[in-house]
Amino acid sequence: MMEALMALVIGVLTACGVYLTLRARTFPVVLGLTFLSYAVNLFLFTMGRLTIGRPPIIHWTAADYADPLPQALVLTAIVISFAMTAFVIMLSLKAREELGNDHVDGRDDA
Amino acid sequence: MSHLIIAPVLLPLFAGLLLLLLRSVLSVRIHRTLSLIAVVGQIGLAIALLSRVHSGEILTYMLGGWIPPFGIVLVADRLSVWMLLITALLALPALLHGVRGTDLRGRHFHILFQWQLFGLSGAFLTGDLFNLFVFFEILLLASYGLLLHGGGRLRTRAGLHFVIINLAGSTLFLFAVGTLYGILGTLNMADLARQVALVPAEHLGPVKAASLLLFGVFILKSALIPLHLWLPAAYANTSAPVAALFAIMTKLGAYAILRIDTLIFGSSAGALAGMLDAWLLPLALLTLVIGMLGVVAASALRQQIAYLVVASVGSLLTAFALGSAAGIAAGLYYLPHATFAAGAFFLLADAIASRRGGFDDRFEPGVVLADRKVLGGLFFVVAMLSVGLPPLSGFIGKWMTLQAALPHPSLPWIMASILGTSLLGIIAMARSGSVLFYRAEAAPVDSATPLRVGTRTRELLPAILLLLLCLALVIWAGPVDEFARATAAQLLQPEDYIRAVLEP
Repeated sequence: MMEALMALVIGVLTACGVYLTLRARTFPVVLGLTFLSYAVNLFLFTMGRLTIGRPPIIHWTAADYADPLPQALVLTAIVISFAMTAFVIMLSLKAREELGNDHVDGRDDA
Repeated sequence: MSHLIIAPVLLPLFAGLLLLLLRSVLSVRIHRTLSLIAVVGQIGLAIALLSRVHSGEILTYMLGGWIPPFGIVLVADRLSVWMLLITALLALPALLHGVRGTDLRGRHFHILFQWQLFGLSGAFLTGDLFNLFVFFEILLLASYGLLLHGGGRLRTRAGLHFVIINLAGSTLFLFAVGTLYGILGTLNMADLARQVALVPAEHLGPVKAASLLLFGVFILKSALIPLHLWLPAAYANTSAPVAALFAIMTKLGAYAILRIDTLIFGSSAGALAGMLDAWLLPLALLTLVIGMLGVVAASALRQQIAYLVVASVGSLLTAFALGSAAGIAAGLYYLPHATFAAGAFFLLADAIASRRGGFDDRFEPGVVLADRKVLGGLFFVVAMLSVGLPPLSGFIGKWMTLQAALPHPSLPWIMASILGTSLLGIIAMARSGSVLFYRAEAAPVDSATPLRVGTRTRELLPAILLLLLCLALVIWAGPVDEFARATAAQLLQPEDYIRAVLEP
């Protein structure tokens, strides 16, 4: 059940992300990239298999463990995608100002 | 465990940090000197490492003392160090050109430059797939800053495309890495190579999909057809030293393809061995042809050079795609040549454009150039280099590629593409040279009186330095070829690499 829910969430996020990234205005594109990074973060998380109530570090009462590595990967990926999102927002604002519109090609007609 | 291995990663990192912390204290002069010293130091470190790995030894460095495959490991073999050396040798002339005023046209030029080198060195040295992703992001973030350095409408628009397509690429990279980890349970490249051979048949599909996705990302970075469209605008609109440094960026994609293809999907990979073979050669040849058509169709010099970069990636990956030791060796000889020639061409184009006033670098009959004899001579040499005419290094690289292609079943296609595009290149270069230097109509613009010899030499020195490096590739073609062959032999024996990492 949980697997199906996660798969559905990742799938919907990715689909939204791809659709929005292919739009012609910078704001939807930035949103799309954000959705894609959410999707990939969840995806990385599930790659350590879905477990509930298991410690990720050594504990003497634990019978089984959650994989700690994907959590470290997701943390790194979140930090990087945060920085990248901040950068692409600033760049889009700069482009809006310099090109006079928010089209990714800087054209007014489309 | 020698700390020398991590030194090329740490030096630019700390140089950048130092420059960042002291940016308001130090004068521009000291700023530039520190930056230059760091790059010279980087060359020294690369040479020191080269002398260590020259014998074929594979050096590993376990970060934090974690035993592989659990921790991140840095690996210095012949290929990594060769790439490091090429990067450092390219960075010095690019920076020498940068300190002539480009660095003052925006903020943090030197810091971004150092961190670009930091990301590049890390990407070449790392032996961990996720760490490769992190270093890719570091160098990309630095490259976004460098690309936009100086500002301007066209630069912002090209920068926006560059950033968005690379962000999409990074996401795909993460999907690929995540899938590989989910099935193979490791991210260490040597361990991945062992696990790939043991994949049960029911998991072959996802592993194959993830690996092709990974190669797709590297193809995007190396600007192979059909993912090359971001490159011409980005390279043509940025400042000259940045464009020159970016000549190595597409080669990073080619390096990643070569490394993953030989190490993880080499002959020992079982059902997945040689997975990319069917794709790489046609794509590379198509890139070569389309890139060269772009060169012919270009309407401005920088755009033309950017298409030459695309075409050179095509030649490079054609050599790698042959799969034989001779093919890889030819590619490894061609790689520094293509990098230095493109760098020199971008720097020279800047000098030419700055003397043409409002005509900039567009192919229109413009002003009579000041210093036309020197510039024309240099243009002639660089053009010969770029299209691969004898006796320069481009010719040797192409000759080695054709030589290696002789036993290949697709020889007619390879022969036709390489020779045909060389001819197209010669025609395009002859046309642009005659427009820029012969068909001048207006009088020189006011500031275009020939510069005094001293000033002129200083301005053109970085480009000449890169041309001398290409000349060195011709003079010492024997030893370089020997080293390239040894490197290719090492790459085709991935067992040595795997053992060096996993059984230190």
